[in-house]
Amino acid sequence: MGLAKRIIPCLDVDQGRVVKGVQFGDIRDAGDPVEVSRRYNKDGADEITFLDITASHENRATTYETVSRMASEVFIPLTVGGGVRNTDNIRDLLLSGADKVSINTAAVFEPEFVKRAADKFGSQCIVVAIDAKQVELNRWEIFTHGGRKSTGLDAVEWAIQMVEFGAGEILLTSMDRDGTRDGFDLGVTRAVADAVTVPVIASGGVGNLDHLVAGIIEGHAQAVLAASIFHFGRYTIAEAKACMHTAGIEVRL
Amino acid sequence: MTQQIAVIDYGSGNLHSVAKALERAGNCKVQVSGDPDAIRQANRVILPGVGAMGDCMAGLKHRGLDELVLDLIGRVPLMGVCVGMQILTEFGEESSGVKALGVFSGQITAFPKCMVAVDDSALKVPHMGWNQVQKNAHPMWSGIADATRFYFVHSYRYADSEADCVVGVCNYGAPFAAALAREGVFAVQFHPEKSHQAGLELYANFLTWDGTC
Repeated sequence: MGLAKRIIPCLDVDQGRVVKGVQFGDIRDAGDPVEVSRRYNKDGADEITFLDITASHENRATTYETVSRMASEVFIPLTVGGGVRNTDNIRDLLLSGADKVSINTAAVFEPEFVKRAADKFGSQCIVVAIDAKQVELNRWEIFTHGGRKSTGLDAVEWAIQMVEFGAGEILLTSMDRDGTRDGFDLGVTRAVADAVTVPVIASGGVGNLDHLVAGIIEGHAQAVLAASIFHFGRYTIAEAKACMHTAGIEVRL
Repeated sequence: MTQQIAVIDYGSGNLHSVAKALERAGNCKVQVSGDPDAIRQANRVILPGVGAMGDCMAGLKHRGLDELVLDLIGRVPLMGVCVGMQILTEFGEESSGVKALGVFSGQITAFPKCMVAVDDSALKVPHMGWNQVQKNAHPMWSGIADATRFYFVHSYRYADSEADCVVGVCNYGAPFAAALAREGVFAVQFHPEKSHQAGLELYANFLTWDGTC
């Protein structure tokens, strides 16, 4: 009995609507983010992640407003990411009601930004998102721009460095698996989870509930994130928790 | 009666969530404020806190609110949340040592490195997520089942789970204090505003708590 493993539905939000792409193409509409998060909150989600996938400058006001509406109704932790480039962005998101912010591309271009952010706001609210792609056996590299640009950085070494710089959590997405429904890349999940001292959220590729179980048991993740299996009603959060519980994983029921 | 709640604003954390959760929990009017006069007018006060203990203590002092908090104790029910609980103890080892308010004896120390779970897996720090709280008798726990899960996120904790002021215990590697209480003060390490129904129930209890232990 102790700390529960977490299930985190992820809302990819484009111009105020929840969408879900398959490997960053072919976008399907999945509803209003406030409605969707209210449903997940009620169904027992442990946290919610909101990714502003366009994150254009003119879109920021919509994002802050949506986050604020979500935070007024949803009393579980809310992580917001997408286009977080400076400490002003972080401050504005936290003031809007985000509990944590997720930094992705900006960390790659300027790792010191993570340090500044953690010093200013505390590690507990700084999540570093890592988009990893397998390049050879047991080696994964960091990609930016939705998986289009390689950086040559080793994913495991990068994760370790980000934790040294103050990341309080790692959101690890396999670009090879994202949108495929083939399950998490358990290799990279385990490699990163075993290498860092902070919690790791497995992401990318969930197609059924056994994949969530595998992310925890084989991937050693502390939390599992999924989008489309929940958005399109294939499974409820409660079903996911029941499945994990049956597999011997401690969850909040 | 509509309760007038002040959430003390000293430049720390997500006050929006605390205010919204209180409003959802029951009949109350919440004011988020760093103004001593406004805070004094409230009939209940929340001391929140997010981030580093040193920053929180400095923010409180900078606004002259440290004296005010001490002055409020025993006058109106006060609830500390997360770092707001930690700064009510005597001392924190975070940020190379933080002298705190000393409302509760005892201190805040870091989770040890390399803790392991019963299945030998490594325990991560921060302690982040939903963990169970074993409650000791206290009116603030009214209607909340023993071993209810609340949302925690912290790297430092009040380790002496057997101290007299401890009214809730959580276990992560070892037992630590999830809740501290004395006359007029109830303080929690977890975030009620992020703990879904259980958290709202705790806030609802705060709205009617008479301050007795």
